[in-house]
Amino acid sequence: MKKFLSFVLKETVQLLRDKRTLLVVIAMPTILVLIFGFAISIELNNLDFVAVDDHPTAQTEQIVNSIANDPYFTFKGYKSHDEVYNTLRDGKAVVALVFDSDFDAKLAGRNPDGGAPLQVLFDASNPNTATQGLDYLGNILQTRLGAYAPNIHILYNPQLKSAYNFVPGIMGFVFILICAQMTAVSIVREKETGTMEVLLMSPARPGMIVLAKMVPNFVLCAINLAAILMISRYVLGVPLAGSLWAINGISLIYIVLSLALGMFISTIASDQVTAIIIAGVGLLVPVLMLSGMIFPVENMPDWLQWLSTVVPARWYIDAMRRLMIQGVAFDTVRTDTLILVAMTVFFIIVALRKFSNRIQ
Amino acid sequence: MASDYSIEVDHLVKQFGTFRAVNDISFNVRKGEIFGFLGANGAGKTTAIKMLCGLSKPTSGRALVAGYDVKSQAEQLKHHIGYMSQLFSLYDDLTVWENIQLFAGIYGLDADVTRRKGREMLKYLNFSSQADVLVRDIPLGWRQKLAFLVATIQDPDIVFLDEPTSGVDPVTRRQFWELIYDAVDRGTTIFVTTHYMDEAEYCNRVSIMVDGQIRAMGSVSDLERQFSAPDMQGVFKTVAQTATRQ
Repeated sequence: MKKFLSFVLKETVQLLRDKRTLLVVIAMPTILVLIFGFAISIELNNLDFVAVDDHPTAQTEQIVNSIANDPYFTFKGYKSHDEVYNTLRDGKAVVALVFDSDFDAKLAGRNPDGGAPLQVLFDASNPNTATQGLDYLGNILQTRLGAYAPNIHILYNPQLKSAYNFVPGIMGFVFILICAQMTAVSIVREKETGTMEVLLMSPARPGMIVLAKMVPNFVLCAINLAAILMISRYVLGVPLAGSLWAINGISLIYIVLSLALGMFISTIASDQVTAIIIAGVGLLVPVLMLSGMIFPVENMPDWLQWLSTVVPARWYIDAMRRLMIQGVAFDTVRTDTLILVAMTVFFIIVALRKFSNRIQ
Repeated sequence: MASDYSIEVDHLVKQFGTFRAVNDISFNVRKGEIFGFLGANGAGKTTAIKMLCGLSKPTSGRALVAGYDVKSQAEQLKHHIGYMSQLFSLYDDLTVWENIQLFAGIYGLDADVTRRKGREMLKYLNFSSQADVLVRDIPLGWRQKLAFLVATIQDPDIVFLDEPTSGVDPVTRRQFWELIYDAVDRGTTIFVTTHYMDEAEYCNRVSIMVDGQIRAMGSVSDLERQFSAPDMQGVFKTVAQTATRQ
């Protein structure tokens, strides 16, 4: 135990002395969360819309006004039937509302065979914009049009705030990249400088050397976790609806998993550059693409869904979304948690075994 | 230990696939002896040292180091040996004192003992004022001397030195050897590999390894007589020329 503590002390001193790395490791997660949560907003604001209304009535004006007053839309004036297509094509507006000349009557159901009272034209050249814009619009229109409007329900994230979705994603992304890289690099560096050889000649056991490296990194990531959760709650307004115990507990498991993954990488890589490439680039693409951070796993073809099951971030991000945003009970994320625990155990055992084997 | 020897090697072999890195070597090293382990690069020196330190398991043969079998008692063995490699073996982002503390901790020394030994060590090197300096900021020669003392902090029976003075100037090398002699006076056995033939002459006995085998062994004067060479350089050249593998 005394030996272990002297290693932990050594690792801590080395970590604290490397100010530049420390700054990156502490600042990066916070900055990423702020950038994704704030600056890169994939929420739609100021969607330009125009209206075509041959026979304005109190009702149609009310509808136009209510949309114009919505922060997501900006009213660009009335157009004639002839102008409306050009307006959309030239990009001067993305939405056009075309009111039927018999709007009031049709809405009241007095002219059932005459077609819909309102036509909505949407520029879908950017499908994301179109889908989301349509959702917003549907929401507003529903209250006005009653039976004629689509029946849209948006659950859990009624404002469709992107920060809600991104915070769990960023957490899944940041922890695995930082932890894996820090651990891998610090072990491989000792191999490179020859200090590892000296340690292995000493009575220190390989497992102890490696586990001691995980301790200060674990503390650092726990601090990061606290910072990210505070920012999410108080700056970005993410609800953190579920149990804080579950959120923190699962996150800490995930951090240990990432550290163990770094250990595993260090047994494959022989120099620091390789370690950085494997831990950085090698993890980046699967985590970005297959974790559900950006692209929903459910929409992937079957074989990609299968592939995504080996990406730890997928399970973590899923659990965090449910806990932080939906606020479900721990039972619901039990499968996610068990898979994460199993992966952690797997990586620790494999890495420790490989680490000891290499020496013999 | 009943034996007069601190290292006893008996037909030791290390085979990687079909390649015999160490091909049946046998030798003994007396307690308190300085034993030079010479050989060209690739002759199998490092593999042999790794086996003697319990880091690599012999394919066949037997070796007792400090009375422990390197195959079955590697963990106990590690408490009784010190090791210093050609690659620099202290942490350059830790201070002198932190390095001393770390290695004392690895060998399980008490805080009191560590403090006392550390102070003695720095005083011995006239280095007390530099305790809180980062190792990367002290000159190479000093680092090597410090590394040697750190490698002996647990009072090992045997110290393995793997080319400890490569890249060090002759004056510092001389000072380094004075440290070695002081350790020998305290009863430590020294097992050293080197490229410098003048250093070989500091050893009580040397062996020359070629192609995984020991081709010559004895005191420097014996070897010079045996190979009728004027100095160790000549002896080494004659013996190394018998190499056949690449």
